[in-house]
Parts: sequence; C-alpha cells; structure tokens
Amino acid sequence: MNKTCLNVEIAEYKAAKNPTELVTIGLGSCVGICLYDPVARVGGLAHVMLPDSTQARSSNNKGKFVDTAIPALIADMSKLGADRSRLVAKIVGGAEMFSFTNASDFMRIGKRNVEATLAALKAEKIPIIAQDTGKNYGRSIRFCTDNGQLYIKSIAHGEKIM
Amino acid sequence: MLALDDMLKLNNVQLDAIKEVGNIGAGNAATALSKLIKTRVEMSVPDIMILPFSRITATIGGPDAHVTAIFYTIKGQAPGTLLFLIPIIDARKIADVLLNKDISHDQVSFDEMDCSALTELGNIMAGSFLNALNMFTSIHFEPTVPALCIDMVGAILGSVLTNLGMVSDYVLFIKTEFKYQGNHALGNLYFLPEAEALQVILKSLGVNN
Repeated sequence: MNKTCLNVEIAEYKAAKNPTELVTIGLGSCVGICLYDPVARVGGLAHVMLPDSTQARSSNNKGKFVDTAIPALIADMSKLGADRSRLVAKIVGGAEMFSFTNASDFMRIGKRNVEATLAALKAEKIPIIAQDTGKNYGRSIRFCTDNGQLYIKSIAHGEKIM
Repeated sequence: MLALDDMLKLNNVQLDAIKEVGNIGAGNAATALSKLIKTRVEMSVPDIMILPFSRITATIGGPDAHVTAIFYTIKGQAPGTLLFLIPIIDARKIADVLLNKDISHDQVSFDEMDCSALTELGNIMAGSFLNALNMFTSIHFEPTVPALCIDMVGAILGSVLTNLGMVSDYVLFIKTEFKYQGNHALGNLYFLPEAEALQVILKSLGVNN
C-alpha cells in the first residue's frame, strides 16, 4: 500500500486514517500526544507547546495548548471514524532543553507540559500505553496508523520503537 | 493593554523602523565579534518576518537542522527574546578559533570549554546588540543569564518560544546573518520582541501611531 505522510508542525494537531502516517520533527519541551483507535485504525497527533490555555493572553490557536488540543484532536479523529472509548495514548517529549542554575517555573516548561498532558488524558479516560518524556534532548516521531507503532529518533540517542 | 496580534497591523514605516533597530544592534554586534575573533565580520541586511508558530521552524532552516543555540530572555519595559543560532559544523570551527585549537576534528562534539567559549561569544553578541538598542531608543533591556543548547532547531524553539506563545499566536522576528573570512557562516541572530515591546520601541522612535 502506498504510504503518505502528514507533517504536524509546532502548535498543530492532525488526524489521519490508515495508511497515512503522522510525523512531527523536533519535540523539545513540547509534547507529542499520539492517540490511536486500533479498530478503526485512525491516529491523531498533537504537537503542543504550552500546558494551559486559561493562563494565556492569546488562545485562539487550539493546537498550542494541552487542554485545547486534546478535545479538538479527538473531535477530528471521530470524524474519521474513531470511537473515543477505544482510544489509547502514547506521549513523547517534554524535555528540559536548557539547563539553568536558578530554574524558574517557566524554565520547567517541559515538565509542566507532561504533567498537564497526563492530567488531561486522565480526565478524558484515555489510557497511556507508552511514554518517553523528560531528559534533555530533542525527539522526532513517526506514528503509524496501521498498527499504532511509534518510531522515536534523536540526535544523540538513536532510534527506538514503542 | 495592547490587543494582541496587532503586530499584523504594523505599517511600512513601522516595519522599517523596527528593521533599523535590528540593523543598529546587529552592526554593533558585528564590530564586537570582529574584535573577538580578530577577523573581518560581515552581516546581512536584517530581514523582518511575522509568522504563525507553525511556520517558524521551516523558516529557520528546517526543524531537524542540527544547531548550537544561545538564547536570552529579555525583561524590563520591552520584553522579548534574543536567539543566536549557529549550524553545528560552523559552531565547531568557531569554538576552535576562539580557543586557538587546531581545526582537525573529524567529529562534531563539544566539551565544557567549547560550550563556555560559545556562550561567551553569545554574551558579547547579546550585550553589544542590546547596548546599541539602548543608545538608540533609551529603553533599558534586561537580558537574563544565557542558556546554551545543542540539538534540533525544532526542539530548541519550543522552549525558546514559551513566553511569546503565552501572549500571541504570531511571532515577529528580525533576523541578521553573520559571516567571517569571506563566506564562513558565523550564525544568525534573531531578535523576537513581544507585542508589548514593539509598542514601547515604536513609541521611543516616534512612530507608534
């Protein structure tokens, strides 16, 4: 089967049906939230930057925040035939790219993004079946909608599948 | 409070004024760099761009480009971000020049001394850039301590854009390219004022209407 690839940029979210793959390059403190319905073989990927839209002065862009991107992504996946009760999640990213001696809350943005993602998925009752988060390096991911496999690549730590 | 995403409504006079601010800052930074590496440093005419977040990494060389980034958060009356990006291979050469090492590396890695030298280069760039802006606008810019990171552009930008992401859906940036010894890349400097800072800067130049 001929595979096509949808690229998800920073602050974007996209849903796709098998055999289309979802790709996002360069997750640092951002989190890549991958949702999958294994029966409908529909996947969704959000590349979120910030934990909470209610703290922001500008929040028109739903893909930018954890709390707005997840419901929007589920809605788009439903349109492609996904059933929300079957969704499972894999999450990647949330690194701390810069090390500071006096790290303020803002500097810990990776950790806050991951915490917000865990909480939002729990509220949506979506189980997290795999997670590769934290540390201090960037990751790129490729999410296969035919089997839900996630390929994670980084410059210094090679490739892994989960 | 300024209604955000007003940066989309800037007129040509205002855009030119902001570009000129970037030009003056970058000119001073080029002079300082030239003294540091004892060779002639050239700079491009600054480019000004206003982009949604999703378009930024593609514009800055692609999200998977491997770079050294030195970045400063600017506080005070004109908040923003100053980011200096050097392609990884050029950063290796520059670290060698700064530390008087033989240029014979077959692989690109950086030890503590290299990182320290590159951070110092960033400090000199940032300091001279912001000093020139201060002289020109009388605005006091307060840079935070520098942060250095070597990784993919995309991964670095997520952290760098955190503050801007909280207040806007667009980013305005002024980009200047630096080169030395003919055609060797010395890196690109990006100045990203927040919308609030743009107003303050334009007002100081008398073009805020």
